[in-house]
Amino acid sequence: MLQFILRRVFYMIPTLFVISLVSFAIIQLPPGDYLTSLVASMAATGETVDRAALAALEQRYGLGQPVYVQYWKWISGILLHGDFGQSFEWNQPVSTLLWGRLALTFMISLFTLFFTWIVAFPIGIFSAVRQYSWGDYVATIIGYVGLAIPNFLIALILMYVAFKFFNQSVGGLFSPEYQDAAWDWAKLWDLFKHLWIPVVIIGTAGTAGLIRIMRANLLDELHKPYVVTARAKGLSEERLLLKYPVRVALNPFVSTVGWTLPALVSGEAIVSIVLSLPTTGPLLLRALMSQDMYLAGSFIMLLSTLTVIGTLLSDVLLAWLDPRIRLTQ
Amino acid sequence: MAGETLLELKNLKTQFFTDDGVVRAVDGVSFEMKRGETLCVVGESGCGKSVTARSILQIVDYPGRVVEGQILFHRQRQEEGKSEVNEIIDLAALDPRSRAIRDVRGKDISMIFQEPMTSLSPIHTIGDQIIEAIRLHLPVSKEEAEARAVELLRRVGIPRPGDRLNAYTFQLSGGMRQRAMIAMSLSCNPSLLIADEPTTALDVTTQAQILDLMRELKDEFGMSIMLITHDLGVVAEMADDVVVMYLGTVAEKGDVDSIFHDPKHPYTQALLRSIPKLGLRAQGIRLDSIRGMVPDPYNRPGGCPYHTRCDDFMPGLCDKITPPPIEMGEERLVRCLLYGDQKAMADQTQQTVKVR
Repeated sequence: MLQFILRRVFYMIPTLFVISLVSFAIIQLPPGDYLTSLVASMAATGETVDRAALAALEQRYGLGQPVYVQYWKWISGILLHGDFGQSFEWNQPVSTLLWGRLALTFMISLFTLFFTWIVAFPIGIFSAVRQYSWGDYVATIIGYVGLAIPNFLIALILMYVAFKFFNQSVGGLFSPEYQDAAWDWAKLWDLFKHLWIPVVIIGTAGTAGLIRIMRANLLDELHKPYVVTARAKGLSEERLLLKYPVRVALNPFVSTVGWTLPALVSGEAIVSIVLSLPTTGPLLLRALMSQDMYLAGSFIMLLSTLTVIGTLLSDVLLAWLDPRIRLTQ
Repeated sequence: MAGETLLELKNLKTQFFTDDGVVRAVDGVSFEMKRGETLCVVGESGCGKSVTARSILQIVDYPGRVVEGQILFHRQRQEEGKSEVNEIIDLAALDPRSRAIRDVRGKDISMIFQEPMTSLSPIHTIGDQIIEAIRLHLPVSKEEAEARAVELLRRVGIPRPGDRLNAYTFQLSGGMRQRAMIAMSLSCNPSLLIADEPTTALDVTTQAQILDLMRELKDEFGMSIMLITHDLGVVAEMADDVVVMYLGTVAEKGDVDSIFHDPKHPYTQALLRSIPKLGLRAQGIRLDSIRGMVPDPYNRPGGCPYHTRCDDFMPGLCDKITPPPIEMGEERLVRCLLYGDQKAMADQTQQTVKVR
């Protein structure tokens, strides 16, 4: 098992290297270099250009030198100092911009993931075991509705409902009075009060999809001979269901769990904008629109890296869950 | 012990309720099994032999269910500290999900299946699955169950049984898997082992080893075996008694010698003629096969179910009258209009006409 993990981690290295190259290429794509756009924007706003500061920046990013020197300076800055470069639109280091938002994004993502699992698994199992019962039909309808309605529409409706009937402040993750307050229990509680809306909205599509996947997987397994064997042994229906077919039906699901990681970070830009959530999605969108290339490039690299890590995680999880993968290679 | 009745099937009917209609997979099957004997149930694919076996344990897959008849199981149990308990249970009357039937499954009657690769869970070790079966029915600790599992694996001829406890099915050969399956079925000393084509998926050498093993274990564990097969070679080797099934009914039954040497039913005769024999080709004789196909299950022929393919078809009789079971000496029975009292048959025709 350890050997398996080590080998997978080793495989990641070339992939990550290529990803960094592509991200760097994207940073270099706009005409002119970072400094030219900086000087241009400063000139546009009427600021004086400090020659000394420019020279320092030129030195820092290796501008004017061959591309591989620039790449090396950029990537060594990230790897050795955690320095992703400067966002010229925000006039802040990219890393400060990223980490603050990543933390909240991850929290929303995690809650959404749990919400999705907790709701989808029992419903999916029920749907499969009681196939074509009224309960299955209800779950199916909810599933299709959840998949078909765009998330931002659900967001608007839920915001309206929360505002109109519960008189709750909507949008953002905190009420105005807690926005800049220090962390304490009251602020945490306020966060939870706001959190459920994005969690439910972002979770609906995922839940609906997961119900369908679970149902389909389980239906494939329910009539396999090993289930009959377990039944002939004298196991009760509930015990044999959870121990055998549900266990096997988890595999295809686990193998895709890694992809939710980047999707949760990047995929909900529209919902985040509608709800004005301080997450990473809107930031990426804005960075791309305003050609803030160090920020955008760092984002793309981070998302790609998350995809690779997520895939690794699901591979490891799958190997841990399924001996056929762990032992036959 | 031997000679006592163990299991009686009385007019068992199992039907599948599909959207296209009702399939009468088992249509009035009656036979009896004695303690300690091996009974072979033979027939073509789709004749209802597997469904009969599954009906006994009430594990027929949805949308099938036992709709009529009795399955009387004569249970003999030696409970701890108590005297022997004898009782007769009608398995057909039990709810398929009830505790009572679950208590019989795997303990008094256990079952092994055709494909040992798919019949054991691919993601649990064989030890896990055997220990589960033991602990489900016997009040033993985990360690005791493990020791018993190792003992069982050794008994069925698996080398290094202690290590193999942690093996998964895909790490074992077909023969070893079936041995593991047999070990699991023996875990609670069942009085009846139902084997549903246990050797069909195995190569011939392994087949012979598994059959030998089953014969040994039968005597050692003092159990009866119901062997479902379409292989008449296996029947000749294993059976004490034989039940020949056709389209969900018993065509003929009797002891193995009379079935093989004096088959009465035209279907049995045709089955025996279709066994390949060495040297036939040299004599210029072609191997016989039964003409036609098994009829569509949604569209069963009236009268004798076999009349559409029978060489001895009697027009006006076989397609009108459902043949009653006719006793042909002790423990021998055939359902064919060639035998028995023709006048009684004619009377029955009249009766059927009257009823209509």
